[in-house]
Amino acid sequence: MSTEILVEVEHLARDYGERRVLRDIHFTLRRGEVLGFLGPNGAGKTTTMQILSGNLAPSEGRVRIAGHDLLDEPRAAKSALGYLAETPPLYRDLTVDEYLDYCAALNRIPRREQKPAREAAKRKCGLEEVGGRLIANLSKGYQQRVGIAQAIIHLPSLVILDEPTVALDPIQIREIRALIRELGRDHSVILSTHILPEVQTICDRVLIIHDGELVLDESIGHLDRHLKTASLTVAFRTPPAMSELERLTGVTAVQPDRDGRLRILHDTDRNPTDELVRIAAERGWGLTEIRPGRLSLEQLFVEFTADRAPPP
Amino acid sequence: MIFTIAWREFRSLFLSPLAWAMLAVLQLILGILFFYILIVVYGPNQDKYALVEGWPGATLIIVPNYLTLAGFLLLLMVPLMTMRLVAEERRSKTITLLFSAPVSMTEIVLGKYLGVMIFLLLVLVLVALMPLSLLVGGRIDLGVVFTGLFGLMLTLASFAAVGLFISTLTQHPAVAAIASFGALLCFWLVDVSTQGTGLIAYLSLFNHYQPFLQGVFDTADAAYHLLLIVTLLVLSVRRLDADRMGIA
Repeated sequence: MSTEILVEVEHLARDYGERRVLRDIHFTLRRGEVLGFLGPNGAGKTTTMQILSGNLAPSEGRVRIAGHDLLDEPRAAKSALGYLAETPPLYRDLTVDEYLDYCAALNRIPRREQKPAREAAKRKCGLEEVGGRLIANLSKGYQQRVGIAQAIIHLPSLVILDEPTVALDPIQIREIRALIRELGRDHSVILSTHILPEVQTICDRVLIIHDGELVLDESIGHLDRHLKTASLTVAFRTPPAMSELERLTGVTAVQPDRDGRLRILHDTDRNPTDELVRIAAERGWGLTEIRPGRLSLEQLFVEFTADRAPPP
Repeated sequence: MIFTIAWREFRSLFLSPLAWAMLAVLQLILGILFFYILIVVYGPNQDKYALVEGWPGATLIIVPNYLTLAGFLLLLMVPLMTMRLVAEERRSKTITLLFSAPVSMTEIVLGKYLGVMIFLLLVLVLVALMPLSLLVGGRIDLGVVFTGLFGLMLTLASFAAVGLFISTLTQHPAVAAIASFGALLCFWLVDVSTQGTGLIAYLSLFNHYQPFLQGVFDTADAAYHLLLIVTLLVLSVRRLDADRMGIA
């Protein structure tokens, strides 16, 4: 990942009639970064992506891609982006090869380079076997891959994927996810999804949008900053009473967990691990296991979106 | 870029049976009409015509009748060819492919228009075959035939522009077809009540098609068609832009 800023979004707003569905969205994306875009349904994810891809004009604010303003220099800006909408824009009556050739031409790839570009995109997306088949006859997973191939055929610096794994089976989801991770090496990716583990495994950074507003913009490594509570999972040979654990400094609650383990919730800034280990040794509880609770993005997501009023 | 889009439009017409069916039906009906004009209208009176001093010739009896009917028939068919241009892309959401590609709205509109026009030129060739078949058995006034065909081409170009614009207004191809059909029919019939005079009569497509059929090339008529086409194409571009602004 370089430090070069690829996408700049400033004070983006969008109205539908009287209703303002996006408010003051702003973020930047560096080259080679994979950005996860989260939010409940109707939060404005798709609207934002439609604006970023030039399908929708913003009511306020501006978007710069690779230094080009999307409204003032649409051709230059759009050359640098590939977009896969929620519904892949596929011409069902074309074969995969015909379709990709058309996409290559639309993206102004010189005629001589169209075939190599098409073959490279097919290779990346695992489409080598189906080049001659009609898109209408492909399975949903393959159609999704054709959609991704379409978005990367001109090797754009920015790839925008709107819920690319929706309606796929678990195996297809794994494959698409691997593909996106692979894309992250050469392209910047903006990915919107509902599937939180997906974000945790592929993304470098997370944006959470709620009710048209940006409520979180943080790198995956620093998410714990935003959690109000953290947790420890522990197991004892002779477990003490829960009340004894609750008396430790910083502990807010103790919950039974699977297989006789206990889950200790504590304040993020007061970690009771040292004290717990010391006391467990002194009193002979027989501590057999202690590990930090895995930070769950779900927890974060709920914290950031649940305590606000739902959209009308 | 325009040609890329045009070529795909043209090819996609032939990927569905619709274009083939249309060409077949068109050719059949044109054949019947031509035969009717030739055998029933012209044939029995041939001798009488020959006695008239300075009569205009067979071409001027057969060709205008034939091309008038062909024009009317195509008025019914062009909306079926143009209905999908934008409406279908919008309905199946493939329009995002064009919107996020480095392609301007003008290029999209011109590409689609050109795609349909290539198809309509093919239709024109099929229409032309019948009068030209008279060459096998005799001489015809080629000037009249080609002026008439040129007029038909301009008229078809106007039809296509109307159809394209209406297709940008909706996401239902069927609605686009019926609305274009209605609009064209109004354009065509608008002067029925005025007996061919005044502003309303001037707006009628029909009044700007007829002179060509008589072998008269009037720049005013050609300008009428060109103005109509340019206006509608500009409106289509604006309509697509407005779409992006969300002023639905």
